[in-house]
Amino acid sequence: MSAAIEIAGLHKRYSRVHALKGLVFSVERGEFFGLLGPNGAGKSTLINIVAGLTRFNEGRVTVLGHDVVTHYRRARRVIGVVPQELTYDPFFSVREVLRIQSGYFGLGRENEAWIEELLDALMLTDKAGANMRALSGGMKRRVMIAQALVHKPEVVVLDEPTAGVDVELRKQLWIFIRRLHREGHTIVLTTHYLEEAQALCERIAILNRGELAALDSKRALLARGIGRMRRLCLTTAEPMRAVPEALAPKLRRLEGNQVELQLDRETDSIIAVVDALRAHGAVITDLSTESADLEDVFVELTHGNPR
Amino acid sequence: MNPVGFYTLFYKEVLRFGKVLLQTLIAPIITALLYLLVFAHVLAGRVEVFPGVVYTAFLVPGLVMMSVIQNAFANSSSSLIQSKLTGNLVFILLTPLSHLELFLAFVLAAALRGMLVGAGVYLVSVFFVAIPVQHPIFILAFVFLSSAVLGALGMIAGIWAEKFDQLAGFQNFIILPLSFLSGVFYSIHSLPAIWQHLSRFNPFFYMIDGFRYGFFGISDIAPSFSLLVVLAALTVLTAMTLLMLKTGYKLRD
Repeated sequence: MSAAIEIAGLHKRYSRVHALKGLVFSVERGEFFGLLGPNGAGKSTLINIVAGLTRFNEGRVTVLGHDVVTHYRRARRVIGVVPQELTYDPFFSVREVLRIQSGYFGLGRENEAWIEELLDALMLTDKAGANMRALSGGMKRRVMIAQALVHKPEVVVLDEPTAGVDVELRKQLWIFIRRLHREGHTIVLTTHYLEEAQALCERIAILNRGELAALDSKRALLARGIGRMRRLCLTTAEPMRAVPEALAPKLRRLEGNQVELQLDRETDSIIAVVDALRAHGAVITDLSTESADLEDVFVELTHGNPR
Repeated sequence: MNPVGFYTLFYKEVLRFGKVLLQTLIAPIITALLYLLVFAHVLAGRVEVFPGVVYTAFLVPGLVMMSVIQNAFANSSSSLIQSKLTGNLVFILLTPLSHLELFLAFVLAAALRGMLVGAGVYLVSVFFVAIPVQHPIFILAFVFLSSAVLGALGMIAGIWAEKFDQLAGFQNFIILPLSFLSGVFYSIHSLPAIWQHLSRFNPFFYMIDGFRYGFFGISDIAPSFSLLVVLAALTVLTAMTLLMLKTGYKLRD
């Protein structure tokens, strides 16, 4: 049986930029797949190629075995894409938008029940008659998700669906996306949020500058230490010139009275670090911790030498 | 084939201009009527272009076709550029619609708007002046083919333009002068020889001349030749638009 998405030797060049450099990987059917990477890594370019929105120079891409170039119509019938940019047609209401999108895929009245189900699942029923212009950003994002799902695609690609979305809506979207996955959809999620990928994805690919920096199961990536790090940010009463020698390898930033250290969740104790700084004469006035972000992941993946 | 998909896009394009009827149908009809009233008031009784045809009657088919041309072009071009600039064109590009289905839906919707405006101008004009109908088949053939030509040209302009300013340039420096200088207000026989010669390079001239033949049975050029010119223009523009859609020119980067 063919993979949900198969990418073989994919190259994409813009005039001077080699955006994708010979990518080879596949997303299996029924998987919850995470595609991570910093800005400019090539995530959206890759998603757009799979969706048929961007052309490519070399290689082959298939969706459920359908070539996205030679059999683009078949490929597009089985994939639903939620674009990253918040866009909408200001001429139409929510229900009209969904009926029109459904019609593009050759579906008529027989799809009405599914449209109503989508409206309900995405909490849009009471806004179904409202013009798109009248919706909040979060609601527009939900309509875009409904548009991507209106033809019941087997493969669903969500390009940063939670970017700029408040915490409550993000949680609702997570619940909805998990439900889609449970119902058998293959999900490909691109995100900036490591936390999001960790919470949802079974397998994760990390793109950096158009190349695969990592591709493994979430468990294996975590076992390699990816995502195990956290940052400790401290403010001291007086500017510090240096940290104790034992903390020097963990130091990320020291500017005046701002100190930033990278700690291993499992082996480094925050209390021990604070005690070491106090013993060094520092008076700590503020303290916060942050989860590892993608930059940390890259530092880990590239042994401290992010490209 | 995806007939439901094609029909949906066509319907959506019609719905789009139907939601702003004041701007897309009523305003151009009023503009054409103002031309009719002003020119008829100034020139009626002083000019006779075709023997036995009053100037106001001569003017009406020209104004109808000018409205058809401008509105068919405006429909496809504005729809595409708006969708491109707001980004919602992506929801069409993600679908399994073929290049031909996309083309036909946009062009036929543009043609429908052009023909509705033309019909509106004609229907209101007949209250002011009696206009004979000699060859209805020619009238229908020219109005449909001409609006389709302009629908296709509008698609090309809408795909090519990257901002509204470029589209306005296309409209103001190509469509408007060509439609005004195509014999809407005069017969090319009344022009100096050089202008008569230049007019023959203007495809809009053939549209208007052939269309007018359908009403009066008189034309500057043989209507069958004009029909061939319009058909050739449609063939060339169709091929160009389909090539643009196939290669993804300025649509798929």
